[in-house]
Amino acid sequence: MNALKSFWKNIASLWSLIVGLQVTGKAFCGPQVTVHYPRQTVGPEGLEGFRGHMELVPSVKDPAIPKCISCMMCATSCPSKCLTVVKQKEPKPTEEQLKAMAEAEARGEKVKKLSAPKNPAQFIYDFSLCSFCNTCVENCPVGSIRFTTNVYFATTNKADLQMNLVERLAKQAASGKTVPGEKPKKAAKTETAQSEA
Amino acid sequence: MTRTINPDYIRGDLYTQRFEQGKRENTLILNMGPQHPSTHGVLRVVLEMDGEYIVRAEPVLGYLHRMHEKMAEVKSYVGFMPNMGRVDYLHPLAWNWSYAGAVERLAGIEVPRRAEFLRVIATELNRISSHLLWWGAYLLDLGAFTPIMYAFEDREILMDILQRPTGARLTYSYFRLGGVGADMDERCLRQILDFVPYLRKKLPVYKDLVTDNVILRKRLEGVGDMDVDMCRRYGATGPILRGAGLASDTRLNETYSVYNEIDFDIPSFPETDAMARYMVRIREIEESLKIVEQAVAMIPEGEILIKGAPKPNWKAPAGEAYFATEGARGKVGVWVVSDGGKSPYRIKLRAPGFSNLSLFAEASQGTLLADAVAIMGSIDMVIPEIDR
Ligand code: SF4
Ligand code: SF4
Repeated sequence: MNALKSFWKNIASLWSLIVGLQVTGKAFCGPQVTVHYPRQTVGPEGLEGFRGHMELVPSVKDPAIPKCISCMMCATSCPSKCLTVVKQKEPKPTEEQLKAMAEAEARGEKVKKLSAPKNPAQFIYDFSLCSFCNTCVENCPVGSIRFTTNVYFATTNKADLQMNLVERLAKQAASGKTVPGEKPKKAAKTETAQSEA
Repeated sequence: MTRTINPDYIRGDLYTQRFEQGKRENTLILNMGPQHPSTHGVLRVVLEMDGEYIVRAEPVLGYLHRMHEKMAEVKSYVGFMPNMGRVDYLHPLAWNWSYAGAVERLAGIEVPRRAEFLRVIATELNRISSHLLWWGAYLLDLGAFTPIMYAFEDREILMDILQRPTGARLTYSYFRLGGVGADMDERCLRQILDFVPYLRKKLPVYKDLVTDNVILRKRLEGVGDMDVDMCRRYGATGPILRGAGLASDTRLNETYSVYNEIDFDIPSFPETDAMARYMVRIREIEESLKIVEQAVAMIPEGEILIKGAPKPNWKAPAGEAYFATEGARGKVGVWVVSDGGKSPYRIKLRAPGFSNLSLFAEASQGTLLADAVAIMGSIDMVIPEIDR
């Protein structure tokens, strides 16, 4: 009796292996699910929402200049400290302007100093430190920073990971490849109002 | 030619020097890891072997210590969230949740109802992807190469789904203090609803391929007894405790969020062996599918983030709070202490893997080395989480 039982048990065990082989056999004949990377790439719908490296959003007037107003919100709120925003210096007044200023001072009026353009001189982003947390995007009051969906960015040089985003945008504009930004949403505006309050 | 050998080098590092040989004389001390493929990263186990049998096993930790707790003390409350995605890379959303929950409890923040459901859906999908990866990797440890291919095929779909709202494929930082970072649109929810029957259809295939397989059963049944008593002594939670026959789950026993409105079971198996823990996780995938399906059906319209959600310069009220969630590996707890400043005064992370690993030393005594691999895999370790 026992021998018969163990015999059937062995048959059942063997059958479990055959069932497993059937599964793999079926999968073998099924369609291929992977993408042959260098020859094929994932389509844009597969990249939706993917967070690659950061980029600056061009302003409406000039695609080479970012919307950014150098407010430093992103740089101060970034938990990984990977953003460095360098503001533009005040432009040196020309001689005529200096003269006009001196005259104004002599007349006892308030002297209007030349203000620096708001867009940043440099916007350095360290890709190697970024944690893709979205904090900078959420805190930017003008919606000037966003993620690319660049999954194919790879390099053997560490210096390539330090990107100057202003330069990058200018280069993109020169080659006519800039992607216009959306208008900042209303909700985003109210949020900034709260944070400033 | 004479070769000089550095005597310090032979004696080994501090840990090896302190690891004393047991009472028996003819034993061999063997290092398993930190680069052993079955230790999933950088766990090192010092083994005292008698032939093929393990006399003593001691896990050595700390190879992946990244000071997450200390980092919290210099980061803002909002800025610490990305760290939570990196403690446990397989189930980061449970950690997201524990941290967000602890700070919300501290500050008395109410999370909008839609956000609660989004949290449930995302966390459960993440739990499934974690279990799928464990399933594939565990069988890889045991010598079966094929299953991980099946697991990754399904996991890839899950990652595509989660990528849309969270923006990442692995280390999610999706939760915000007071809600979640992004909404799931109609298309995303439909994708999720399509995924549920798809995986339900796939699970019987897994059963045929692996669970019923005689080789797997022979390797796992009766191996690595971890009973309730042992679990209690070391504080083991999650699938290990449920594999010991105690149906304990933070989601229901200390219910949080909207889990008490959702109908699901807590699978538990009384066999206490590696096979029981295996079965618990497979059943948990089914239960998670059940939760996701119901949550998608129940999700209300509304806000996903409270108005005036904490900003990076937000100051938490002074005090302390603890919040625990059920991760894929057990109870994930975060304890936040605040002195009223911009960054936490102290944060303590309770990693389930740390307690669970402690059982390995005891359960592996007297087993074969090959069985020790089966026991270690059945614990489902994630070393970054253990070392934090
Ligand atoms: S995504 Fe996060 S880490 Fe990266 S730049 Fe923005 S704020 Fe910094
Ligand atoms: S990108 Fe936005 S947040 Fe950063 S400096 Fe420019 S305007 Fe301010």
